[in-house]
Amino acid sequence: MSYWFDKHVKWIYPLPAVLFVALMMVFPIGYTFWLSFNEWSMSNVDPPLWVAFENYKGLFEDELFRQALWTTFYFTVVAVAVQTVLGILLALMMNAHFIGKGIVKTLFLLPMVATPVAVGLVWVLIYEPNVGVANIFLQALGLPVQEWLASPDLVLPSLIIIDVWEWTPMIALIILAGLVSLPKDPYEAAIVDGANRFQIFWKITLPLLKPTIYSAVLLRLIDALKTFDIIYATTQGGPGTSSQTLNIYGYVLGFQYFQLGKASALLMVFFAIVLALSILVIYLRKKAGVSV
Amino acid sequence: MKKKWNHLRKVSLSIAAVVGLSTVLAACSGGTKESATDTKDSSTGKQAQTIRLVAANHPWTEAIKPLLPEFEKETGIKVKVDSYFEDQLSQKTSVEFAANAKSIDVVMFRPLQDGKQFEKNGYFSSLNEYVSKEKGSTDDFVPSALGSVKKGDNLYGFPVVTESTVLYYRKDILDKAGLQPPTTLDELKEQAKQLSDPDNGLYGFVARGKRSPAVTQFSSFLYSHGADFMKDGKATLNTPEAMEAFAYYGGMLKNYGPPGTLNMSWPEAMAVFTQGKAVFYTDASALYTNATDPSKSSVADKVGFAPFPAGPGGNHVAAPPAWAIGIGANSEQKDAAWEFVKWATSKDIVLALQKTGITGALTSVWDSPEGTEKFPKDLTEAIVTNNKYGIPYDRPAIVNVGAARDAIGDVINAAIEGKDVEAAAKKANQTFQEILDKE
Repeated sequence: MSYWFDKHVKWIYPLPAVLFVALMMVFPIGYTFWLSFNEWSMSNVDPPLWVAFENYKGLFEDELFRQALWTTFYFTVVAVAVQTVLGILLALMMNAHFIGKGIVKTLFLLPMVATPVAVGLVWVLIYEPNVGVANIFLQALGLPVQEWLASPDLVLPSLIIIDVWEWTPMIALIILAGLVSLPKDPYEAAIVDGANRFQIFWKITLPLLKPTIYSAVLLRLIDALKTFDIIYATTQGGPGTSSQTLNIYGYVLGFQYFQLGKASALLMVFFAIVLALSILVIYLRKKAGVSV
Repeated sequence: MKKKWNHLRKVSLSIAAVVGLSTVLAACSGGTKESATDTKDSSTGKQAQTIRLVAANHPWTEAIKPLLPEFEKETGIKVKVDSYFEDQLSQKTSVEFAANAKSIDVVMFRPLQDGKQFEKNGYFSSLNEYVSKEKGSTDDFVPSALGSVKKGDNLYGFPVVTESTVLYYRKDILDKAGLQPPTTLDELKEQAKQLSDPDNGLYGFVARGKRSPAVTQFSSFLYSHGADFMKDGKATLNTPEAMEAFAYYGGMLKNYGPPGTLNMSWPEAMAVFTQGKAVFYTDASALYTNATDPSKSSVADKVGFAPFPAGPGGNHVAAPPAWAIGIGANSEQKDAAWEFVKWATSKDIVLALQKTGITGALTSVWDSPEGTEKFPKDLTEAIVTNNKYGIPYDRPAIVNVGAARDAIGDVINAAIEGKDVEAAAKKANQTFQEILDKE
């Protein structure tokens, strides 16, 4: 008995963890994969019907799927780009010494720790076209009022503003950590050589920060792609389908249209996209010289 | 030393295995612990049962909760209520049913939204056997409401809430202008135009504009223009009458409505009305307490009700059953569940519920003076008039109603945005026809 343990211990110790991963991750993904080749309406009477690639075919012929794909990418790219620029600026400001820095730092984290659904509901009120603060603000500035989330043209920018508000602190925080750990020598050398502040930032700080920025951006990219909560809490994909991302469309297909097969196919495509991006993260981080 | 080390390793191994496995098992068994249990009631020796009612966050649920102790006293059956918002309810129940869970004894559902799909999926237990044992147990139901929970001869639920589209209006504003509430859609448009004063934050008309939620309340406009969603299995969304209805509804919201209607379901539209920012509002009668309850409405004492105005196609209005209750197919306590369904739809209980403002589905309660005494008088008149012209569905009466609603909602949205209604209707008609072909 003891011999058996000794021999197999390297398999036995990780077993609970392996079982957990198998049950909680491999099985759901595998089941979704299998379901994506079937047609099923969650029926207890009619079992899933094998349709091979019909769901995938239907998906790529579906105008709404293409629209959702575009919406997802538009939302992700713009939101993360704005967050990155703002995040770097914020981090640089926070890196300086000023009174009350601790308090400011703490306040900064608040959007990030708030529950996304609650954040969404608060923003619904802010954006409310009739009584919301956003329009009162515009009026005070003498600008025309907007319909924000209720306007098909403005809904994505409005959602991006929410996402930026919520997640810029995270990027700032990661970059701040990077800033603190930068070596001091190059700066001293630069000052001796008479470089101005802009040159120091552009030629020293930014290149040294590159690996950190990569990590922050790519982590956020993956996260932003999967955004569901704030969109569901504010517009549920509306008005019409203007803010319907892949995640929202998958939810609609599954739970409102009862097309579990097509919804699974969509999720598999989405999974592939996120997976590809994750591999890119690892690759780029390695290239940038950061250990994974 | 080696021996000791081995022993330690074995102990820690078994601990790790036990902890790990139990975590996994706990995660797997999470869904079953809610299943109902039978326990002996020691004081009476009677069998005390608990059934689980999965319900919507709806006034009906709120009103029946305080009555449950009565039911428990009569039958010894305890009722545990889980309630969710509409969409989450559909999702929650379908997932539980599809997993073959035995934990849902009584389920509240929307006959026109989920009913047909749930029935097709085998989620419901048939009530035929129970009904045949108790003669006359279905006689009192409003026939069209009962018709919505039947497939062929198979009865799978009892309706508990009915509603129809009524016109909510501001009595004070109409009185001041010396106007009578409109009886035709043309008059409604004229008055909305006349009374609209956006510079002072008053809009002539408000209603739902959000893609899918708008469809049910738009349906009355569609019918009164002499159109319908479909005829004999053919989609009819792009007939001239239907397109006129889309244009009328969209135009009303675009020209006389508040900003932001594209995102308004009933809570948002109701809020505009109850904040005193709209003169007219069309929505379901069942929601009226939101407008007349002073704690929810700043115009509570100024709200008037009128029947849905007649359109170019005559007097037609959606008067569907909104909610019903049924018994889960896998319930292990079907008899107890039936006792509850029977009790909750009995005349006494429906009357008690109706007295708190729940518009029920029993003819005798509607006919009795006590049944309507708590409603505003003009609301009762509006509902009774509506029921004369009532059409028992407010969305296409098909299985795949979710996708159909979205297709129809697209045309409503296009009309509100002032886009080409004809093109939108044509496209939606095609999509809708494809859905019908798959039925």
